[in-house]
Parts: sequence; structure tokens; C-alpha cells
Amino acid sequence: MTSATTITRPALVSRVMTRLDWRSNIIYIAFVIVFILFAIFLGSDGFLSTNNMLNIVRQTATISIMAVAMTFVIAAAEIDLSVGSIAGLASVVTAMTTTQFGLVPGIVAGILAGAIIGAINGGLVALLKVPSFLVTLGMLGLAAGLAQWITSSAPQPITDRIYVMIFGGGDFGPVPGMLVWTVVAVALGWLVMNRTGFGRKVLATGGNPTAAAYTGIRTARIKFSVLLISGIAAAIAGMLYAGRLESGRFQWGQGDELTVIAAVILGGTSLFGGRGAIIGTLFGSLFMGLINNGLILAGLEVAQQQVVRGAIIIAAVALSRKK
Amino acid sequence: MAENELPPAVRMRSIVKSFGPVEVLKAVDMDIVAGEVHALAGENGAGKSTLMKVLQGVHQITSGTIQVNGEPVTIRNTADAERAGIGMVFQEFSLIPSMTVAQNIFLNREIRGTAGLVDDRAAENAARKIFDGLGVKIDPKARVSDLGTAYWQLVEIAKALSKEASVIVMDEPTASLAKHEVENLFDLIETLKKRGIAIVYISHRMDEIRRVADRITVLRDGRVVLASAVATLTAAEIIEAIIGRRLASDLVYRDRQLSGDAPILLEAKNIASNRVLKSVSLTIRAGEIVGLAGLMGSGRTEFARVVAGMDRPTQGTLSIDGKMVRFATPIAAQQAGVALIPEDRREQGLVLEHSVADNLTLPVLDRMKAGGFLSMRKLRDATEDLVTRFAVKASDPYAPISQLSGGNQQKVVVAKWINTNPRILVMDEPTSGVDIGTKTEILDIVRDFASRGNAVLFISSELPELLAVADSIVVIRQGRSDLPLVRTDIVSEEQLQLTIQGDAA
Repeated sequence: MTSATTITRPALVSRVMTRLDWRSNIIYIAFVIVFILFAIFLGSDGFLSTNNMLNIVRQTATISIMAVAMTFVIAAAEIDLSVGSIAGLASVVTAMTTTQFGLVPGIVAGILAGAIIGAINGGLVALLKVPSFLVTLGMLGLAAGLAQWITSSAPQPITDRIYVMIFGGGDFGPVPGMLVWTVVAVALGWLVMNRTGFGRKVLATGGNPTAAAYTGIRTARIKFSVLLISGIAAAIAGMLYAGRLESGRFQWGQGDELTVIAAVILGGTSLFGGRGAIIGTLFGSLFMGLINNGLILAGLEVAQQQVVRGAIIIAAVALSRKK
Repeated sequence: MAENELPPAVRMRSIVKSFGPVEVLKAVDMDIVAGEVHALAGENGAGKSTLMKVLQGVHQITSGTIQVNGEPVTIRNTADAERAGIGMVFQEFSLIPSMTVAQNIFLNREIRGTAGLVDDRAAENAARKIFDGLGVKIDPKARVSDLGTAYWQLVEIAKALSKEASVIVMDEPTASLAKHEVENLFDLIETLKKRGIAIVYISHRMDEIRRVADRITVLRDGRVVLASAVATLTAAEIIEAIIGRRLASDLVYRDRQLSGDAPILLEAKNIASNRVLKSVSLTIRAGEIVGLAGLMGSGRTEFARVVAGMDRPTQGTLSIDGKMVRFATPIAAQQAGVALIPEDRREQGLVLEHSVADNLTLPVLDRMKAGGFLSMRKLRDATEDLVTRFAVKASDPYAPISQLSGGNQQKVVVAKWINTNPRILVMDEPTSGVDIGTKTEILDIVRDFASRGNAVLFISSELPELLAVADSIVVIRQGRSDLPLVRTDIVSEEQLQLTIQGDAA
């Protein structure tokens, strides 16, 4: 009964290993091991350089932001498969609007695109009780198709310098903007998950929906909220793609949903709801970026990268599963 | 203090509750007085749970009035009930397993600290204070999933107290508790009474009711049939009120004229297994019901698992029809004609989301085929036959089985397995949580099954029913079995209880 009390406190590694539920913290172990292996074998290829480290952060920022929001979705025992498509759609909406109407309308339109799709997802799940898996699977195709349709498959360049600076192109001195976005998202996510009533309600809804409802929690509203948040976060990620790559394209974010979900699960959030580990999610996301980066430095082809990445994800998730 | 002049904590008058055309509560009156334990009894489906869910705001009353401390209240939802000071300790536990004790107690009423953020430490301190007041030791920082079920209940009680509940409803609170935990719960109930908290105590167990309750209300078919102080009642009177016209003497042994030279169907010799079993021997003849008695942890369930092929014995032999068998899997045991009705029907016996029909026909799907595909007609006929034969009370056999009362669920489990035509039926606590009426029906089903030349191993910790159904009883203590007791060996229930308690008593 007492063993559960020390989980969040730092302790000696041996104590951590024996007393903690190490399976739910597999991500930290995996992260350190892979990092050390890459440092040894790829050190001469520039793996450890500051620039490369910052690159990993830059490349994973969009995944991290979507994954923080996805942590809430999965903690509430729902899923959002449409995040990658929403990011693509938001990137073209924001790019087109910025070009036509200027900076502020462009930003508003981008976020609105994600909010609308998120609200539709949430509304269908909360009101019509359609499983989120099906709703967002449909939305994955719908949003991607929409993005391709309204742009006639053409890239939408962004020439607004301020936009590019805000959304990931710029640096704050030595600190890349993408790092700032990541830190803000993670800090906000952690605070909301662990220190607000909303976070508790999300965990309760995912942990035992009947008990949550008996306690007076409006679980339908919670489900709506997490999917709305996920849509908005995906839109911001799409805008970061647009800013960093100075254009909106329907392909941005394609397939990200799998990376995002893998990052969240690797981070220790239960796929069955009730648990949400924001810091774990950050490391899950960085882990995905780390592997990408290492495999590229190691000179693997894209096809080989996919195979290795898939195998590593399966292994880590299998290890993190409780008996 | 003129206590008599105080209005009762809760006064319910003419409560009617209908689900569609079905009237579940028919003008029920009930007074719950501060500082008393008020037992609420009745068969499954009599309306106990519905009455309490109405009070708790889970269901809304169709008509009637509820007063709390003399003030009329309208309870539309759980928040209304909470405001009126009514707390419930649910039978199906209602905690979030992934959260800590303190987080659960203050769920949706989180204590706020700086900047309106949730302050877990303050919640932990507040929780600790509640537990100290109750004299129980629980770490508020422990995760609920790491606690035993006895502690879950305490957390629920603490949750109710933290909301300043003046009425706490406990629905079968001892169902999943060990003996010493039950004692702790009774001590706790005393503490709560002294604080002036009223407790509604729902239970099937007469000994508990007579021990803790001050007053009792008995419901039958949605009506109050008995409302009285407990001290003036005998257990027989209460039982009579619960089951009505049926006689309590249904739990009486019926000699089914067994012939002593019927062939031995199942023989176990000196069975031992890794964990608890040291040496268990027994034989069951065709047509015989052998009772297996023993304390929790004595090895009853473990022996059943060996017979059903779920565990392999490390020593000893098992024979069916005089031929030695070694079951590698439960399927091998089933093929040899052994069926096990497990202890926990919700976990192991049923697919709760599936319909009565689906549950009934699941083990015999192979027999339901026509031309390689499942025949809807065969399925329907089989379902109708079983529902009638086993008197399963289901308004719709195609509705989820979770909507049935516990007793009827258990009938479905029994029907499902008997329908597979086993020759040896192993039943582990087949009537736990089942009302007396359904219990006698299940015992009749078992007798009938045995009389057709089959063997039954009937495991139960309820001696009256064991004495009613078993042709002989084997007592198992700390993994070892005694010689079987035939009917003439058993003088009284008390004496059998002493035998079971053995050296531990």
C-alpha cells in the first residue's frame, strides 16, 4: 500500500528500478539508452553537436504540440486520428488567408480551421456517441481531401516575414522559436493535466466513466473539450509547418497521427484512459525525433528508416505494457 | 435533548418509480433516522437498489415526496442528492483506479491553492484528517488501483464524509470483504452512528442485519412488507417477509434415494498443487451431490480449478469413470465432461454486454449450425427452451444481460453450462449474492441435474444451502480433506461449522 506513494519523487536509480513501476517509465530508459548508443556510434557524424540537438527539437516541435493535446484525448479514453490532416488543412488555410487578407486574419483562420474540425469531431463523439476512432478516421480523409481540393494540390507560399518569424522560422537569440513553442505547450499541458480541475475530470472520464458521471462530471462535455483542444493544437502544428517551411501544403502533417499516438503511448499514457503523462509524452516525442535523426545520420534509406522505426516503437510499446 | 421531535434525516413517502410500463417501486414509505443503521432487505429485483438510486439522484422518482431533515427536496441528479447530504457507497465501486486516494475523495470538488490551481497536498491533509477521525490507516497518496477492495470501500466512505453526508448508503458492503475486514467495517459503522450519521445498510445476510441494524425495511415486489425494529424480529421472521408465500423450509435436505452401488464418476486421490492444496481426496457417484466446505483460502477454489483442468496437480490422481485423466487444458476437461461454474460470474461467467441469448448459446454454438452457418432459428429455439426451462426472468432475451438481476444472471450461467451436457458439474459458490427465492430454484436445478445420473461438486461457504443440497460433505482445511461426512454424520449446522473452523477456531 505504501509502494505507490513514492512514484513522483526522485530516488536512486536502483530504488527507482525496484520500487517504481518501471514499465510505465520505459520511455526515459529507452531515451537514455538510445541517446548513449547514438552518441557512441554517431558522435563522429556530428550527432552530439549543439546544432544537431537543436535540429531534433525543431523537427519534433509539431509532433510534441500535437502529442501534448493527444495526451488529453487518450487520457479520456478517446483517440484522434485526424490530427495530421488537420495540420495540413490549417497550413493551407492560414497560408491562403495570410496572403489575401494579412497576418492577423491568417492566424485566426488557421486556428479556426482546427477548432471547427475539432468541434465537429467532439460533437459527434459527445452528442451522437459515435466512437472517436470512427469519427476521426473519417475526418482524417475528409480534412486531407479538403486541403488538397481548395488548393488544387498546389503549394501556398507565405511571404509575410512576421508570420514566418512567429511560427517557427525565427530564433530568440540562440533559442529557436520551435523550442519556445514546445516548452510553452508542454508547460501548459502539464499544468492543466496535473493542477486543474479540468485535468482531473479528463482523467476521471477516461479512468471510470460511470464513476465520473456519478460524481457529477459531465463526461460528454469533457470528451468534446479534449477533441476540440486536439483540433486546435493540430492547427497550430500545421501553422508551424507553414511558418518553418514558408508555405502551406496539403501534405504537411500527413501520417503524423501515428507518430503522435506512438509518442503518447511510449510516454506512459494508458491507451485505456485514466492516465496522462505530459512529460512522458514530451520524451516520447523527442524519442521519435531522436531515432529519425540518428537513422538519417547513420545513412539509412527512407525505407530502411521506416522499418527500424516501426520495430523500435513496437518493442517499446510491448515493453511498456502491463501484464 | 428531545430527539423524538426531530424530523427524520430522510423521509420518503409514496415513492413510485416506473421504467417504461414497469412499476419497480409502488408507493414506498421509508424513514431514515439520524444515528441509526437502517437495514434494507429484499430479494434481487424487489426494488432496493432502485429506491436507493432514486435517493441518490441516479434515477428520478415518478411520483412521491422526499424530505431531508423535514424540508421537502427535489432530487433530479447526483448533485442535488449531494447537496441534500446523501452519500452512497456503491456495490460496484465508483472510484477512478488510476487516481490517488485523495484525488478520488475530492474529485470534482478539488481543493484550490494559489492561482486557482489544484492543491493535492491540501487534499491529502484533508483526507488524512478524515481517516484519522475514522481510526483507519490509509495513505492518501496511494493510488487506488494499488489498494485492496476493503480499502476502496473506506475511500468511498471517506468521500461521502468529505461531502458532509448525513446519510450514507452501503450496498452489500461486506460482499467482497474478508472476515476481519468485516469486523473493521462494523467498528467503523459504530463510529459513524456516534457522529449522528444515518446508515442505510443493504444486505442479504441475516446475521449481519441482526448484528448491526437498528431498524429494518423489507421490500417485496416494490412494496414495503415489513418495517420494524430489528431487535424484536427473529431471522425466520425476516426471511419470511423477504420471500413471502414461499416457505423458508425450501432450504431443507431432500433425500433423493441414492443407491450406494451407483458407479463412481469422479475420483480424486491425494490431489496436491503448487499453491494451497496438500492432499484432497473425494469420490462422487453418479447421481450424487458432494458438498465441499471450508474457509476462504482453505483450497476449495484451487481444488475446483484442478478438476476443471485449469491447474495441474503436482501429486495425486484424478479419475473419471475409473480411468485416470490428466487434463492439459480446461478444454480437455470439458471434453471429458467436466464443467466449472466459476466463483465470480461477472468476471468469468458472462459476457455482460452481450444478450441473454448470446450468453446462453455461446458454449454450444457448434450445435447451432445448419449448412456450416449459424442457424438463427436453432439459436432462437435453444434460447426459448433454456429461458423457460430455467425460469430466467428476462423481459427481453436479446437485451444485454447486465440488465438482469444478480440471481437471474446466475441462472443464465448455470443454464448455459448444464446445457453443454456435462457429466460432472463443479459449482464454486453458485449462489453468492443471490436472493433466497432464486437460490432455492438453483438448488432444484442442481438436484434435478444430479438425479439424471450426473455428478455435482458443490462448493459453498453458506452452510444452510450446503446442508440442503449435498448428499455428503467433504470438509477441507488448509489444503487437506477429511473423510466425507454422510448425512447421518452431521448432527447440526453448528457442529459442521466447528469442523470447518478446525484448529483455527
